[in-house]
Amino acid sequence: MTADVPGMSEGAKVSPFRDPKIRALFFQVLVIVTFLAFVYYIADNTITNLEKRGIASGFDFLSQNSGFDIGIVLLVDYNAQTSTHGDVLLIGIINTLAVSLSGIVLATIIGFVFGVLRLSNNWIVNRIAYVYIEVVRNIPLLVQLLFWYLAVLLELPKVRDSVKLGDSVAINNRGFYFPSIVPDSGFWLIPTAFVLGIIATVFVSKWAHKRQDETGQQFPVFTTGLALIIGLPVLAALVSGIPFALEYPSMGRFNIAGGWVIKPEFMALFLGLSIYTGGFIAEIVRSGINAVSHGQTEAANSLGIKPSVTMRLIIIPQALRVIIPPLTSQFLNLTKNSSLATAIGYSEIVAIFAGTSLNQTGQAIEIIALTMLFYLTISLIISVFMNWYNKRIALVER
Amino acid sequence: MKKASFMAIATAATMMVGTASAATLDDVKAKGFIQCGVTTGLAGFAAPNDKGVWEGFDVDFCRAMSAAIFGDPDKVKYTPTTAKERFTALQSGEIDVLARNTTWTLSRDVNLGFEFVGVNYYDGQGFMVKKSLGVSTAKELDGARVCLQSGTTTELNLADYFAAQGMKFDSVLFDTADEVREAYIKDTCDVYTTDQSGLYAQRSVIADPENHIVLPEVISKEPLGPLVRHGDNAWGDIARWTLNALVIAEELGVTTANAAEMKGSKNPEIQRLMGVSGDLGQQLGLDAAWAYNIVSMVGNYGEIFEKHLGQSTPLKISRGLNQLWSKGGILYAPPAR
Repeated sequence: MTADVPGMSEGAKVSPFRDPKIRALFFQVLVIVTFLAFVYYIADNTITNLEKRGIASGFDFLSQNSGFDIGIVLLVDYNAQTSTHGDVLLIGIINTLAVSLSGIVLATIIGFVFGVLRLSNNWIVNRIAYVYIEVVRNIPLLVQLLFWYLAVLLELPKVRDSVKLGDSVAINNRGFYFPSIVPDSGFWLIPTAFVLGIIATVFVSKWAHKRQDETGQQFPVFTTGLALIIGLPVLAALVSGIPFALEYPSMGRFNIAGGWVIKPEFMALFLGLSIYTGGFIAEIVRSGINAVSHGQTEAANSLGIKPSVTMRLIIIPQALRVIIPPLTSQFLNLTKNSSLATAIGYSEIVAIFAGTSLNQTGQAIEIIALTMLFYLTISLIISVFMNWYNKRIALVER
Repeated sequence: MKKASFMAIATAATMMVGTASAATLDDVKAKGFIQCGVTTGLAGFAAPNDKGVWEGFDVDFCRAMSAAIFGDPDKVKYTPTTAKERFTALQSGEIDVLARNTTWTLSRDVNLGFEFVGVNYYDGQGFMVKKSLGVSTAKELDGARVCLQSGTTTELNLADYFAAQGMKFDSVLFDTADEVREAYIKDTCDVYTTDQSGLYAQRSVIADPENHIVLPEVISKEPLGPLVRHGDNAWGDIARWTLNALVIAEELGVTTANAAEMKGSKNPEIQRLMGVSGDLGQQLGLDAAWAYNIVSMVGNYGEIFEKHLGQSTPLKISRGLNQLWSKGGILYAPPAR
């Protein structure tokens, strides 16, 4: 800006009312003060009303005995007689994360597959993908969850007429039952071998990259990695004399007992969320691929590169730059949508903590605040991770 | 929007928040109806009929209050609430009274800031199973999968009972009674547990009620009753005495059919209740004919019970504990004088 603009010249006397700096500062302060006053008013009003109605507040309830049973408990021990509302919160968090993370993985796979198929030149494949995408995107998620739960999973054979695959697997409308692994001494070798396999694969892939950069020779990283990750634990199991026993599911008085079980409540939520979100991700993937100039494909074709390789190494990496930001919001949606589980009996944080615990203790404000804090934290973590990934794959301009 | 008008609205909103908790009776009269919280649908207790009009045992309590206050039983708007939502709805002032088979417990009375106005149904938690399981007592339920509604005392009693019996169970929780019934019918659970009244109500709407039995064990005391917010005692009194008037009317033999005639009764107790003598209505801040209106427009306790839950209904619940104290039950109301 040049100095000869009237009224803006250096040293000219400006009334404080018209000084843009002072005005800006004034309004900033005004906004902050108003906002703080508003927050103070809300908080004060809440506290006063709570006191007036004699409603207890504080976080002491987290160490109180919960006294109710939870349908699905993963990783930790839970006992209605001794566990607390704090444990309920923890289980709610674990269950939410379990279904969200597995849902994100499956939704991404579904989304990428159908997004690519949607662009296929094969009319039938193209139409199948089109129908899938349009159907799942236009039906409310809650309806889809109820469909999976009531119309699909609960219509499976009843517990007494379970579908059995040999002794080991049983399927009925109370879950999918598998033999569980009961570790003996020396079991630690197997997970260790598994981790070693993953580490080795990472090294192999780095080495292969380097070698290809230097010599142009390719190395079958995928098959080698698969062999390492599966082969090493199997080898470890054989060498150490199979240090575990299998516990087979067997029919008890009412239910199948023993073994591992995936319950229909989890299954319905997992399938519903993945298939629903997968439809949206497919559209994002399609738009991402469409955003890559067709010249890239033509250039690859003219070099004689196979179409599958073109897609994997040329189109998708460029498309990812368009795909990642909206994909992040789909991951967030999926995580938040898991709270619909309360309709189909899956025990995630909203159902058991913001539901049952809230009802038993009546501490609505504290419990809702903690639940919101949890969702906020998860959303921010996913966001930060995806932004980091987005930066990493972004086009590096020279 | 201009800043000035925004401030005006904000100020008005502030004032409203400040006065919302004052006299509920005045608010109710000003808006012209009672906002009554009921269940999302439980046959016999509160459910919309085929014309979409709410009816049932709990609904009639709301109608009785409306008759007492407005002289018209239909000045009620119903808010269906789930077990989880009901308390927040009452605390926040969204509803004026909650008549929704809610168990009277100490912590709800004290910690949650409510006031139970009495018991309109003495109940206890039970179990329903399919006959085909061949179970005849709750003691045989070790290892069973149990379906229930979340946000109820049911969950606590269930865990207590199985722990006390040294038995294990596996539970699935749903938000509404309909969802629980659906899961139970589809056989993903062996057992449906809730208050016995609820079990009878649910069994009455299952396609094959004869294939399901309610086990004899009653594992808890569930005094169900209407409740209001703590702190507005005048409003609480109206609710409490509406309930009492229903019971007293049955004791005195006043029914919908003979209420008009009973106004001329020589019995001083009936005269007081019917508002012919004394000032009971005035003491409550209501019309002298408040109790007369309740009985003539809605009925007495016994009539309401028979109409919605009794032998002539699909529920076929016998009076049991809910019979008058003078006839072998424990239903007892303090004297209206």
